[in-house]
Amino acid sequence: MKGLNISVLVKPVPDPGCYESIQIDPQTGILVREGLPNILNPADKHALEAALQLVEQHSGRVVMVSMAPPNALETVKEGLAMGADEAWLLSDRAFAGADTLATSRVLAAGIKKLGLCDLVLAGSESADGGTAHVPSQVGEILGISHLTNVTWLNIDTDANVRARMKMENGYIEVEGALPMVIGVSRGMNVPRYTSLPGILAAQDKPVKVLGLNNLGLDPGSVGLAGSPTQPGKLSRPELKRQGERLEGEPAELAKRIVAIMRSSGVLS
Amino acid sequence: MEKKQVIWVIIEQVQGKTAAVSLEVLGKACQLAAEAANAQVVAVALGSAIGPLAQQLPKHGADKVFLVDDPRLELYQNDTYSSVLRRLIERERPDVVLIGASASGEELAPTLAAQLGTGLAAHCTNLRLAADGTLTMLVPAFGGQVIGEIFCPVQRPQMATIKPGVFSPVGLAERTGEIVQEDGASLLYDAEIRLRATRLVVEEPPGMPIEQADVIVAGGWGIGSRENWRLLEELAKEFNGAVGCTRPALDQGWTGGEHTMIGSSGKTVRPKLYLGAGISGAAHHMVGIKDSGVIISVNRDKTAPIFQFSDYCVAADFRDVLPELLAQIRRAKH
Repeated sequence: MKGLNISVLVKPVPDPGCYESIQIDPQTGILVREGLPNILNPADKHALEAALQLVEQHSGRVVMVSMAPPNALETVKEGLAMGADEAWLLSDRAFAGADTLATSRVLAAGIKKLGLCDLVLAGSESADGGTAHVPSQVGEILGISHLTNVTWLNIDTDANVRARMKMENGYIEVEGALPMVIGVSRGMNVPRYTSLPGILAAQDKPVKVLGLNNLGLDPGSVGLAGSPTQPGKLSRPELKRQGERLEGEPAELAKRIVAIMRSSGVLS
Repeated sequence: MEKKQVIWVIIEQVQGKTAAVSLEVLGKACQLAAEAANAQVVAVALGSAIGPLAQQLPKHGADKVFLVDDPRLELYQNDTYSSVLRRLIERERPDVVLIGASASGEELAPTLAAQLGTGLAAHCTNLRLAADGTLTMLVPAFGGQVIGEIFCPVQRPQMATIKPGVFSPVGLAERTGEIVQEDGASLLYDAEIRLRATRLVVEEPPGMPIEQADVIVAGGWGIGSRENWRLLEELAKEFNGAVGCTRPALDQGWTGGEHTMIGSSGKTVRPKLYLGAGISGAAHHMVGIKDSGVIISVNRDKTAPIFQFSDYCVAADFRDVLPELLAQIRRAKH
């Protein structure tokens, strides 16, 4: 095996620290997400870290692939600063409103366009939608094997893959061979910080923007039109409770809590 | 008369034991079948030497069971499981396919949906089935801040995953159902197996599993140290309960591990009593405890959002209240 060509799928997402401020417009019923700062999806940084470590071990090249609007470029640059060699932004109005399957078709087309790719890595799930569908669906569309929720990964010089897939209590060990798509769990590694030299180097790294026509996709297969699922109404979950305030000194408060525990049947 | 709707539930088993989430989903399927008045619930079980397990499924709500018993299916692996299920789905054409969002279900469901070119809604918090067969799937987004309706208007089957702890199983001791034994050899070809699951390593975490505990003491960022965290552990121990945590506390390394994290990216729990300390009350945590019996929260900050979602609000320092509470509980028990 002569070096690894790795694609890392990344997604700019609204900063999870700001999700509390997300509102639904009462008139239109549409999500108000303007002004929310975007970050690189946290799990994707773990995928990128895994890619960088593999390239340090085997040599090769790391290209980030993202389906996002053109203004996502700034967010994607953080990955270039971490050490990715190049970024491909798949951007087209026709991609808007895509569900995970329509998104995966675009990402798979981008990977095919890249040509030689031994390994595709992605964060197992995104912070915003959190479906965890994309790694498996990209694998299916590319017609190569795939695994997700991977916590440990080893690739030898003959392109054999050994991986651990997280289960509820423990893991399953799986063996296979490249090419493969792997969804990386956040437990796999600790992503590196960006350094000043990294940030400076990122300015000169190649960034390509590709649209529907560059990718040779049928407009009916992407975006909202190409999505088998369609969204309906949005609502806020109703979580509110009575909220009786307990007041007093610690001993008095503890006494009240003990009484509540008794009446709820957990303490005799 | 409208066509009879058919709802499939894919049963997950580990070492011949049915996963709790599969029975929960089967319970929900029964409810949907009743809603749609004219629907059939079918359980589909894959594995090796799992006959006894399949026999139990009618008691949990299955009108019919497809059983695929094959040594190659002993351990879950997406090539093998998706090949078998895809062929069965193409042959039987169910209207709805439901899968538990366990670690393996989270991989199996999107794999199958992509193979079938159909729609999949992830981590549904509720489902509704209309008499015309339209499934409304409610999914959380942005860590549970928003709930959206999802439909799959054209493609079939309509597919959804459901996290553990969201629905309740049903027990129907008298119920019987048809068990259909399928032939593994005609549903799975060796040539299409690209990955090999070599072994399952079970690492049973110590202590009471959080999804089974009657009492959960949960802590967040505000707990401040590993040392303070022990207070939560001692308190939980008094009830044979469990300690839960938020993502920030997990990231600090104070907690029992990821299996104790509660919320949209962790566990959904419904204890009789939940006591939260040092937790601000971000929606992505609160959605995981919303079905708890009693919610008590302790937070120094009188304006902490968690107080809006609690039955009892204690605006005080947990370092003052919890040691006193622990002492009083110990006295009460003697």
